[in-house]
Amino acid sequence: MGKVTNVLLVGVGGQGTIMVSTVLTHGLIEAGYDVKMSEVHGMAQRGGSVTTQVRFGETVYSPIIGRGQGDVLTAFETMEALRILEALKPDGKVIVNDYRIPPMPVIAGEAPYPEGLIGILQKAADTSVIDAASIAGKLGNTKVMNVVLLGALLKVLNLAEIDWESILKRVIKPQFFDVNLQALRAGMAAV
Amino acid sequence: MKQLLSGNEAAARGAWEAGLAYASAYPGTPSTEILENLSDYKEVTAEWAPNEKAALESAIGASIGGVRALAAMKHVGVNVAADPMFTFAYMGVNGGMVLISADDPGMHSSQNEQDNRHYARFAKIPMLEPSDSQECLEMMKEAFVISETYDTMVLYRMTTRVCHSRSLVVTGDRLTANPPAYRREREKYDAVPAISRILRVKLEGRIDRLRTYSENCAFNRIEDNGSQTGVITSGISYCYAKEIFGDSVSYLKLGFTHPLPMNLIRNFAGKVSTLYVIEELEPFIEEQIRTAGIACVGKDKLPAMGEFDPDTVARSLLGRENPTIAFDKALLVDRPPTLCAGCPHRPFFYELGKRKNTIICGDIGCYGLGGSAPLNAKDLCICMGSSFSVAHGMARAVETRRDERRTVAVMGDSTFFHTGINSLINILYNHSNVIAVILDNRVTAMTGHQENPGTGHKLQGEVSDVMDIGTIARALGAKHVRQVNPMRLDEMRSAIDWAYGIQGEPVVLITRWPCIFKKLSDEEKREFPQEQRGCAVNEGKCIGCKLCVRTGCPALSYEAADKKARVDAVQCTGCGVCVQVCPKQAIA
Repeated sequence: MGKVTNVLLVGVGGQGTIMVSTVLTHGLIEAGYDVKMSEVHGMAQRGGSVTTQVRFGETVYSPIIGRGQGDVLTAFETMEALRILEALKPDGKVIVNDYRIPPMPVIAGEAPYPEGLIGILQKAADTSVIDAASIAGKLGNTKVMNVVLLGALLKVLNLAEIDWESILKRVIKPQFFDVNLQALRAGMAAV
Repeated sequence: MKQLLSGNEAAARGAWEAGLAYASAYPGTPSTEILENLSDYKEVTAEWAPNEKAALESAIGASIGGVRALAAMKHVGVNVAADPMFTFAYMGVNGGMVLISADDPGMHSSQNEQDNRHYARFAKIPMLEPSDSQECLEMMKEAFVISETYDTMVLYRMTTRVCHSRSLVVTGDRLTANPPAYRREREKYDAVPAISRILRVKLEGRIDRLRTYSENCAFNRIEDNGSQTGVITSGISYCYAKEIFGDSVSYLKLGFTHPLPMNLIRNFAGKVSTLYVIEELEPFIEEQIRTAGIACVGKDKLPAMGEFDPDTVARSLLGRENPTIAFDKALLVDRPPTLCAGCPHRPFFYELGKRKNTIICGDIGCYGLGGSAPLNAKDLCICMGSSFSVAHGMARAVETRRDERRTVAVMGDSTFFHTGINSLINILYNHSNVIAVILDNRVTAMTGHQENPGTGHKLQGEVSDVMDIGTIARALGAKHVRQVNPMRLDEMRSAIDWAYGIQGEPVVLITRWPCIFKKLSDEEKREFPQEQRGCAVNEGKCIGCKLCVRTGCPALSYEAADKKARVDAVQCTGCGVCVQVCPKQAIA
């Protein structure tokens, strides 16, 4: 059985994890991999923690992995990286967005947003920190934060040579193509 | 060319390739995208029904009428549709007929995790269980063949991970299905007792013939790896078993799981010294294997509840745990789902949650989130359309016990049309002392913004007549009906005051404002003018009282460092609820 690579994309409902997974899987299929992807729908999406899993290799059986099996974790929100950390292999890689979305207990003043999470992640795993909000902001559209993170992920996965430009062109509406392509390149350059 | 399709997309594609002509459903996670995908095929009439019973009945009528038909629903929807299902099982079909049950192990988005495979045995109908998207397509095509060959409705059972996982699929062309035209056959389709007694006997003969089919069905196959360990498995569990055991064990992979191929199972069991039965949720296959006197390892080691993953198999059967990265879990703060920024349910729950001596009966939908902190505006919830009736019984109990508390019931527009309308009839007919609130956000929101009888559009885009909830309530005899714009807190508050002021008679209060994510028509844009800009906190005026964050808006937060509220510009929709709550006019 050939090696299967396990990618975890985590964030908060509405951050665009599914869109990133969709672009990623398009490229992986073109590169000739067997691919499986698992996503979350329904109530869980409403501002809760969301996880999308993408697995690729020669033959992929399960669409999801268990604990300690992830190769690369991309977290769109800082605390969500920690929440799913047990899914990662001890030598797995973390790409973490230095971006906080306070959960309801924090908003309601019941708990503080924990401090020092980036440092904890860096100590626990091979971690790349991306300030995707600033990068996206400089490109003029904070919403492309997710594609910045995709760029970083593709670089870490050594998949940068796939023709992502033409894949983006197919997946993204023409009026948003340029800014998304810039975001992808900026993300690749950020790790 | 292979395509990456979700199980739901592949099931829809398979039905289209099988020559499907008619499909009906009520949306429900994880089944919703089946009908949404079918709606894109011009050869198929795809419709939302107000509930699952109506959906199944429509599909039954289409089948008897001479076309291939299906109904799709989530697991709990089959409970609603169970009445026609059990009797149609006696009759058999004309055009092929498939009932899709999408179960939700682990309750990602459901109130229970019932294992609907039991319905296949209960109703004595054949069942298929796909494991991945390719099987979703192929099994759907075979389901229609089984249905017409054996003259029976087929239960096609999916689970969340099959519905919402994507895998590569080879698609095919559409076949021409030519079921016979309808002709009157009362002895087949008129379920009066004298006829049903005859159909009941025929049902046994049909299930016997299906036992033979099951022994030879290509979806029940042995993967012989020459091992002394054998695994019998079905559905998504097959993927997990393959992930953990690879080719080190032999498999009996079951795709047609009712009736089971007991001879095939016996032969397979005879070739191995250890037999595992790996199935998610109930021991549906295992119990039948044990009853046949075949020894196996199953739920004595594997859990009979919750969703599986590959770890469940490795841990339970091999005692194997992967090493993980250790960290202090106490650092984590929960992130429960919340009502979205700009949600029209928030101002209603904000006002209702402040009322003392109130029992709040909830229902199924986004507004179920109104029970969480800081809104805390819900006591209970059972099932779709239940809240008015549950509140009615509650109010009767409260009266009997001379309790002073008021009973308020809450449900959404789509839930009202689903079965809530029967609940409303119940409270009006029985003169209930209940405040019945319908949160009309103009769309079926939770499942991803589907049309419903109140929206004026159908699934495939055609215009329909708008059913107005207030008009319906009045037509049913409601004397106290009021509609309010929930986004105006003062109006919302006085409407609740008005409702509390009416004692001993049912009150119907309708909040009407669209879901923040609904795509509005020009007409709706006129009725519901939307703010074009978000809100911001004037830090000079903010006194850090935290009243605004008590609305539970995810765009708001309180910074302990400078004791000021903050608005997240990315999330804020400018709904203005916090603006109305702020005592210092610090938000604008």
